[in-house]
Amino acid sequence: MIDELLFFMEVLVGGLLAGTMYSLVALGFVLIFKASATFNFSQGAMVFFSVLAFCGFMQDFNIPFVLAFILAALLMVVVGLCTERLVLRPLMNASEDTVLMATIGLGYVLEGLAQAAWGVEVRRLDLGIGDFPVPWIADNLKLFISALDITAGLVAAIMIIGLFLLFKYTKIGLGLRAVADDAGAASSIGIPLKHIMLLVWSAAGVVALVAGCMWGARAGVQFALVDLALKALPVLIIGGFSSIPGAIIGGLIIGATEKILEVYIGPYFGGAIEGWAPYVLAIFFLLYRPEGLFGEKIIRRV
Amino acid sequence: MKPIFMTYTKKDLINLGVCMVLSLIIIPMFIKTEYWYTSILIPWLCLALATIGQQIVMGYTGQLALGAAGFMAAGAFAMFNLILRVPDLGFVGSLIVSGLIAAAFGILFGLPSLKVRGIYLMVATLASQFFIIWMIDKFGWFKNYDSSGIITAQDIVILGKPFTTPLAMYLVCLAVTTVLTLLAMNMARGSTGRNWMAVRDMDIAAESMGVSLLRTKVQAFAISAFYCGVAGALFAFCYLKSLEPVAFDIKLSFKILFMCILGGLGTINGAFIGAAFILLFPVLLNSVGNNVFHGAIDATIISSIEQVIFGLLMIVFMIYEPLGMAKLWETFKQNIKSKLPSLNMKSLKSSKVKKPKK
Repeated sequence: MIDELLFFMEVLVGGLLAGTMYSLVALGFVLIFKASATFNFSQGAMVFFSVLAFCGFMQDFNIPFVLAFILAALLMVVVGLCTERLVLRPLMNASEDTVLMATIGLGYVLEGLAQAAWGVEVRRLDLGIGDFPVPWIADNLKLFISALDITAGLVAAIMIIGLFLLFKYTKIGLGLRAVADDAGAASSIGIPLKHIMLLVWSAAGVVALVAGCMWGARAGVQFALVDLALKALPVLIIGGFSSIPGAIIGGLIIGATEKILEVYIGPYFGGAIEGWAPYVLAIFFLLYRPEGLFGEKIIRRV
Repeated sequence: MKPIFMTYTKKDLINLGVCMVLSLIIIPMFIKTEYWYTSILIPWLCLALATIGQQIVMGYTGQLALGAAGFMAAGAFAMFNLILRVPDLGFVGSLIVSGLIAAAFGILFGLPSLKVRGIYLMVATLASQFFIIWMIDKFGWFKNYDSSGIITAQDIVILGKPFTTPLAMYLVCLAVTTVLTLLAMNMARGSTGRNWMAVRDMDIAAESMGVSLLRTKVQAFAISAFYCGVAGALFAFCYLKSLEPVAFDIKLSFKILFMCILGGLGTINGAFIGAAFILLFPVLLNSVGNNVFHGAIDATIISSIEQVIFGLLMIVFMIYEPLGMAKLWETFKQNIKSKLPSLNMKSLKSSKVKKPKK
């Protein structure tokens, strides 16, 4: 009995921590959606692009870890700048769906560029944090929890608290929220739209880089990261597209449910249900609460 | 222009005639190499058909769906099982039934469209993509308990005659595509299509004018999935000649989405233009890589470049011509017409000379 309970706890905690990895990806989506009401489908590609660049700097040019990280972050700022200048500004007055499709195109460009520049083979990324159970926790609490999961959880927590404070209490955050609400009105009262967009896309790029490092350390830096990022979509639907706490709660819900379903119900269906279970979960959420747990209610006018 | 047959004008019928002559007589007469049939014409027709399916739900009804490949897989495996288990149905019968099975999935996964739209709907339709592929992969029954993972498709037999040569398969694809394209055009012109477009342009307004959202959206999803299912069955039986769930992954869904958008949303001919472009462009790029640079550029680099160009095109089209290549073609035709004064004069004269008959 106690063993079963421990096993359940292990599955649950493992799932929750794995969920924070989804949250990290989802955070990038939320940032951009919050500030520009644009759904950035290329976030997954940004994760892949940034972490591949990071690996490329480190492994091909032998640049030390910290410097490579800074360079990759700067590269993401450049990507943000180009996106703002070349994609978003011309599409300023286009409909949401048009911008969404343009970001799908942007994702393709980033994926292609990353592969052209740094090759298609799977790269290993060693952050110095092992993906194995922490001995201390295993000995004292009898739970097998990976050190990488704990790090990801901590990083996610720090970033979310930081971003939450930024949005809530700083002038920049206020500007971001104003732009999201009504870009035209915001720019007419003197909020520099261009700077805001650049800032948000750069921030999303850096968030993508951090998320990519975590995922890369676990699964290797490879193209599959783009598909993994698609899993952030159900997270967003559950948490709400415009809520930073929503991203983390959504990630936790998806991570935990996915693992529990996989372990306890999966065997009856031949396993591997985690491929679609999050999406079906998202559909149920959509039917009952389309704006997500923390999202703002969607009001449409005719 | 005066309609002369149903709602079709003389121009439409001439266009149809030209297409038929081109595809039925000119192509079989002049193209003898198998490569053209097996690697270009057959996949083009199949993918164009799937793109029409995507057009119906996305271009005409305005529902952002991203699961065409899932429905194609449903159609392909339904076809395999129908031929295997219900041989009396025949090829055409199986094709129709497998389309209907795909349509059932379409209805199931189209239901969320009643509640949500845009990106939310996209996520809901992604569920169909992953679920259908998983289902086929996990339950051995769908694959007839084949352990190798790749099943060879049965030969196509229609009324006791085998259709196994590339030309014969091309004709099968052509026949199915023609019939379904004409049907789609008819639907798009008729009240069905008008309901779709009303929902696309403003669903709340459409509803207040008496268009049933439930009926219109579910109908669009069902018909779209039917087209994708039939296209998937043809794709597996005529092009791949094998069945494996991996062939219908999310990448194919994205490809069809690209065909639909680059070709031109809300047009049937856009589906054909888009499919041709997405299919031929990599072939062109590869041959440039091989012939101009003599293989100096790595194949993986070429495929990355191809991806970059598709992405760039998508962005450029969204910015400058959201209606895609079909619209470019229209504008091009109109430019030519206005630049040729002789043609204008002629049409002017003929319209003046014509007297109304009593």
